[in-house]
Amino acid sequence: MSIESSVDEIILRVAQIMIQELKLEDVTPETFDPEIDLIDEVGIDSMDLATVALVLQDEYAIRIDEDDYPKLSNIRFISEYVDNKLKDRS
Amino acid sequence: MKTVSSLLDQEWYERYKRISKLNIRSSIYDVTNQCNLRCKGCFFFSSDEHKVAAEEMDVKKWEAFIEREKERGVNLAILIGGEPTLHLDRVEAFYKRLPTFCATNGLIKIPRDRFPDMMLGISLWGDEEDEKILRGKDTFSISSKNYEGDPNVYYLYTLTPKQIGKIERIIRKISGVGLKVHMQLLSNDEGVDGFNWKPEQLNALRVEMDKMLDKYPDTVISSKYYHKIITTGKMFERTFGWNECPSVTQPLDKRNPRPKRLIEFIRWASDLKTMHRCCTSETRDCSICKDGAAHMSWVMVNKREHIRTSKDIQNWIEVYEMFAKLYQFIPW
Repeated sequence: MSIESSVDEIILRVAQIMIQELKLEDVTPETFDPEIDLIDEVGIDSMDLATVALVLQDEYAIRIDEDDYPKLSNIRFISEYVDNKLKDRS
Repeated sequence: MKTVSSLLDQEWYERYKRISKLNIRSSIYDVTNQCNLRCKGCFFFSSDEHKVAAEEMDVKKWEAFIEREKERGVNLAILIGGEPTLHLDRVEAFYKRLPTFCATNGLIKIPRDRFPDMMLGISLWGDEEDEKILRGKDTFSISSKNYEGDPNVYYLYTLTPKQIGKIERIIRKISGVGLKVHMQLLSNDEGVDGFNWKPEQLNALRVEMDKMLDKYPDTVISSKYYHKIITTGKMFERTFGWNECPSVTQPLDKRNPRPKRLIEFIRWASDLKTMHRCCTSETRDCSICKDGAAHMSWVMVNKREHIRTSKDIQNWIEVYEMFAKLYQFIPW
């Protein structure tokens, strides 16, 4: 699996988790723009992000530092962050 | 999927972006168990919360505690009591380390050379007559002299059922001493006769609060949506109460399902170890709680609920801005 496809897979999964956990309507993992700003556009707050982070931590067995939340402003950044953590681990 | 920018014009969107990343994390601290007043209906004394913990007297321990709070991510210390200004060394310990708001009855004038820009909210319960019944004296005559024209002071004007039709005179008095005012509602924790709310009174009050905001926009810090929320206890189809309140101390919060809530919020007793249940008293009936900050926070933590229509998200922005102004995150 190439690094690019790995990130793309994570993007879909993060979008799926976000839709499920935050009960987002009128969007699917496939139509969720990974570049859309989660705070300024989707209206996500730090508690929402913490909810999603908990699921990601469990699923990928990684640790997401709260200090890193400001960097996780869209799904692509979150997915790249997860991917980097996975690489660091291996 | 509805996005924020699709619901707002450029001006509103800029207002939204100004507050969307503030990430306010508040906690509340009982600075002392003592007060220089004993008000009928004060949640602190009526629930005996002043007896649950012995005050920590060593200011060094307060300083170390505040450092730990800062590390915990708190970026807004809300000081209550008792009367915090009875212990200025403790207030100063907060002020030097964290953005600090101090609730006071205004009877003691804090030295501005020690606290140049600390925001103070002065409690005011109704008019002179209500104040004498509930607090034993007309505090406004003293507090207004102490703080006249201070740009970092506002009145926390607690409306009572007896204030209906009389609010404007008080707003004018406050405006006359060059201060701002935020309105909240009495919860009447001690059941003083004549101070319980009836539904028709709350409807009338909402109309009057709206009128005051329209007429005195430079003096009244408020929003019509907040008036609606606090007088009806309703947000969309939901009703305020224990199952909805966002201001419950996090480590004590065992609610399931857990509602949207303030992150890492704790209300600490003055021993710096004991935690109180929530931002008001443990004995209060949540279904009739009228706490202003709890209702504001209820709106604030439910942002995505408001991404429905332009009006809904504008309402949310106005409530958030009001909170951010009252606690100095954005200017008046």
